[in-house]
Amino acid sequence: MNYLTNGWTIRSWLLTIDHKRIALLYLGTITLFFFLGGAAAAAIRLNLLTPAGAFLSAEAYNRMMTMHGVIMVWFFLVPAIPVTMGNFIVPLMIGARDLAFPRLNLMSWYLFVIGGLVALYGMVAGGVDTGWTFYAPLSTAFSHGHLVAVAVGIFISGFSSIATGLNFVVTIHRLRAPGLTWYRLPLFLWSLYATSLILLLATPVLAMLLILLVLENLFHIGLFDPTIGGDPLLFQHLFWFYSHPAVYVMILPGLGVVTELVSAYSRKAVFGYKFVAWSSIAIAVVGFFVWGHHMFVAGQSLYTSLLFSILSFLVAVPSAIKVFNWLATLHKGYIRFDAPMLYAFGFIGLFTLGGLTGLFLAALAADVHLTQTYFVVAHFHYIMVGGMVSAYFGGLHYWWPKITGRMYPEMWARVAAILIFFGFNLTFFPQFIIGYLGMPRRYHAYPPEFQIFNVLSTAGASILALAYLLPFGYLTWSLFKGARAPANPWGSPGLEWTTQSPPLTENFVEIPVITEGPYNYPPREGLSRHG
Amino acid sequence: MTGFPYTAASTTGAETDYLLWAMLAASFAVMALVLGLLLIYAIRYREASRADRSNPEGKSWVLEIGWTSATLVVFFGLFLWGADLYVRLDRVPDDALPIYVVGKQWMWKIEHPDGQREINALHVPLGRPVELIMTSEDVIHDFAIPALRIKHDVLPGRYDTMWFQATEAGEYHLFCTQFCGTDHAAMGGMVTVMSEADYTAWLSSQQTDGSLASLGRAVYLKNGCDGCHDGRGTSGAPPLASVAGIPESSLRDAILHPERKGEVRMPSFSGRIGEDDLFKLMAYIKSLGGGR
Repeated sequence: MNYLTNGWTIRSWLLTIDHKRIALLYLGTITLFFFLGGAAAAAIRLNLLTPAGAFLSAEAYNRMMTMHGVIMVWFFLVPAIPVTMGNFIVPLMIGARDLAFPRLNLMSWYLFVIGGLVALYGMVAGGVDTGWTFYAPLSTAFSHGHLVAVAVGIFISGFSSIATGLNFVVTIHRLRAPGLTWYRLPLFLWSLYATSLILLLATPVLAMLLILLVLENLFHIGLFDPTIGGDPLLFQHLFWFYSHPAVYVMILPGLGVVTELVSAYSRKAVFGYKFVAWSSIAIAVVGFFVWGHHMFVAGQSLYTSLLFSILSFLVAVPSAIKVFNWLATLHKGYIRFDAPMLYAFGFIGLFTLGGLTGLFLAALAADVHLTQTYFVVAHFHYIMVGGMVSAYFGGLHYWWPKITGRMYPEMWARVAAILIFFGFNLTFFPQFIIGYLGMPRRYHAYPPEFQIFNVLSTAGASILALAYLLPFGYLTWSLFKGARAPANPWGSPGLEWTTQSPPLTENFVEIPVITEGPYNYPPREGLSRHG
Repeated sequence: MTGFPYTAASTTGAETDYLLWAMLAASFAVMALVLGLLLIYAIRYREASRADRSNPEGKSWVLEIGWTSATLVVFFGLFLWGADLYVRLDRVPDDALPIYVVGKQWMWKIEHPDGQREINALHVPLGRPVELIMTSEDVIHDFAIPALRIKHDVLPGRYDTMWFQATEAGEYHLFCTQFCGTDHAAMGGMVTVMSEADYTAWLSSQQTDGSLASLGRAVYLKNGCDGCHDGRGTSGAPPLASVAGIPESSLRDAILHPERKGEVRMPSFSGRIGEDDLFKLMAYIKSLGGGR
């Protein structure tokens, strides 16, 4: 008996309050959104094969790129790790039977689905051609799309974010097993805690902004449109006040997952535990004060830009600390190259490159040349796709045996991890170069001298698309045909590995008592791999 | 010259490139360090290897403080470098040639001081600072010239300025880089940098209805501004010549929204003067100051 076999009816899934089943509901939903957003990306890349635009009109291209951004940001990247692995693993990691508010958890999934459907309706019924950033006054006075539906959809799903953040904060505070002090928490939980704080504090600002956007759009009340007394920069300030911290919502859980993977596959306690833990909190806090770096050429004051520039450099320091500590963790470890670790290695390389190119954009005069070009596109895809999606797949493979009770096919998984790495680099590295050469973002057609780089990029994207389909295929296969997973296939010391795979509905037969830190690996001798 | 590779064709652009190359070098160094260590450790400490693993480094304040402060120092240096150039990009030289730019969906309208006009094209002289005074008639656009390493958003309802001094004659791409709707990608053209002599010849080959300043005087009279601002009246309004030193953006606010500064005697001209006419008026007011 386990949580998967505890009830076979549709009702037992749709009305479940088991965090593990809700995690699976979310997993199915965001996988669907991931492939929708991916399809839009494929259309974009195919269109850019030729300078004049291969097959999309300007109107269609602008709608595709908006749809890609909206879906990937709000319906995949922001929720991805917290609502799937977070939902599943948090209670297991802290020795609890569920999250603090199981019904709120279920409600958050319904809000997410409803929000997603409303937003999808808007994007299918007529589309939105403003880009995912909805800059005013283009969005409020000039664009003729289904902006209101999309804004309402995002607004509704925002409450799902808030509920999830609240649930994690309360759970981590209140439901830790006896003896599980803060410094005994796995570092994944520190990063999720930091993420949850941002979700709680920043998402309400997005909600307010979306209300204002809809009001301005419908009634022209003069908030953002200067011809009726508004200020377009006000929109940008409010938008980035949410959307920059949201970047850390997307990447912080990834940083946490990779920390777990690096430790698990080098059989070594994480180096500099407290530095890694507090660097997550530092990123969350300082991340609230860097939004103006999106506006260095937007017309904000000189002094504002100077301040935001130095703060943006500052927020990169805790990220650098994490990278150095991962490397120190590898030192004198027993390193294995299972698929999750390949993803973690890929993450370290791509995240570091994404971070370094972020410094180019934080340096004011350099940003003047590079911003609003493909350099920016490449930079944030290195963080979001190269980084975050790699961590997502790494974590998914690592916890797959726990979640499903089945092993994934290792060889296929390694092939996919390597293909994703190469496909990703071929897609996005050329974009750094055309960005430097001046090619603007969001162009459905472009001067012919940029073509060669776009062809490379599209070639990479086809490899990437194929590589993303692979895990979908073999993971589904493993659900039915995969080898049965033992409780602890990786020999990891975490609490989640002490219970059976898949876990009981109640997670633990008896709530464990904790007497040591999270990365206490037994001596090397006499340890078998699938013990 | 639009092919690759191209070097920066402006004074500040060359400096931007130094900064970019320095950051590229620093990035290479960091990537080499990170990937190098990753590779070395992955090989030496792979599970099957018998490498010595005794006495692993415990937690080390020296290491943590060391790499954190090294990172901070390098970052602060890069901040200063980028900020210094950015501040100079913000300071327009006094002798800059003013050129007026109006963006609208989906074209750029350019006005030269002597009244020459062009659309989706910009002709500028070599070796002389040029100031672009820009506004939009609808949404936010962005005037970007990658070869000169400059760009700035162009907002409705206000003036944004930027300047450059071109160092190499040639033809360069002009892009709109702030997404502005359907034909965003088509909103651009070419910037032609030409020698002072060629520029003068080009100016005289263009049709004009008179200098911007003289056209601005007509706007001034048509709107009845002279009733108060001719310097003789008893209204207490400042004579026009006395405000010639005020920046364009402040003049703009004073004309369109005097009420925002608590000025109740002057009526608002918001919605009564178009952006083109407003630029002419600016040129006229500036011309009264005896040069910029």
